[in-house]
Amino acid sequence: MAIEVRVPTILRSYTGGAKVVEGAGDTLGGLLTDLDAKYSGLRGRLVTPEGGLHRFVNIYVNDEDVRFLGSLDAKLSDGDAVTILPAVAGGALGFAAAAALFGR
Amino acid sequence: MLTIDSAIVEAIVAHARRDHPDEACGVVAGPAGSDLPTRHIPMVNAARSMTFYEFDSMEHLRVWREMDDRDEEPVVIYHSHTATEAYPSRTDISFAGEPGAHYVLVSTRDDERAEFRSFRIVDGVVTEEPVTVVGATVDPVQSYMFGQSPATVDYECSGS
Repeated sequence: MAIEVRVPTILRSYTGGAKVVEGAGDTLGGLLTDLDAKYSGLRGRLVTPEGGLHRFVNIYVNDEDVRFLGSLDAKLSDGDAVTILPAVAGGALGFAAAAALFGR
Repeated sequence: MLTIDSAIVEAIVAHARRDHPDEACGVVAGPAGSDLPTRHIPMVNAARSMTFYEFDSMEHLRVWREMDDRDEEPVVIYHSHTATEAYPSRTDISFAGEPGAHYVLVSTRDDERAEFRSFRIVDGVVTEEPVTVVGATVDPVQSYMFGQSPATVDYECSGS
């Protein structure tokens, strides 16, 4: 079962520079585990030590934000396309306050 | 160095003025590999905050896909600070996820004169770069301060 995954520039150091890679899995969590076997360290940039998705990474299955599909439990089917984008965020707010507010 | 058309500079500053006192944010796309920002895309600040900005996740996907389809990349990623200087905060540095982009900061803290500065943010290291504005009109509606030198449009800064 092949899932196409689009990798953002900042994470291509894990994929040998590849912009699009293929993985397998019935769920997003399964896919990330499968990818991490080939691209060691990639999963750790997307999933917190507690096992949730990082607040400031956006992952989409086809046209949907996975936050609305069950996050790591989001179901995948053959031919789905997964897109990873680092959130574009920032601002004058102090980092400690932003971290507290947004749970990073 | 960031080279950018004066009409785009004006559009970015107008966007920042319009959303003041909330922070405004957006992108200027350009042909991949050109380093030339040509297509201004104002984005929604999903945080709607005076001290924080975040792209709306669905708009982010749509705009990034569109750039991909057009063989473009985000040449400039900009946002405004509305009460402080146009310099990346620790928060900005921590979240900077596009190492190839010019991070432009606009400050609207002064009603009369906008600050417009450009930075590279790579692996947590901030480097300010000169801004060259091309196609400037003779009679600008708004006065700008580029970098630290209010009197000049082009300026050099060390290490560029």
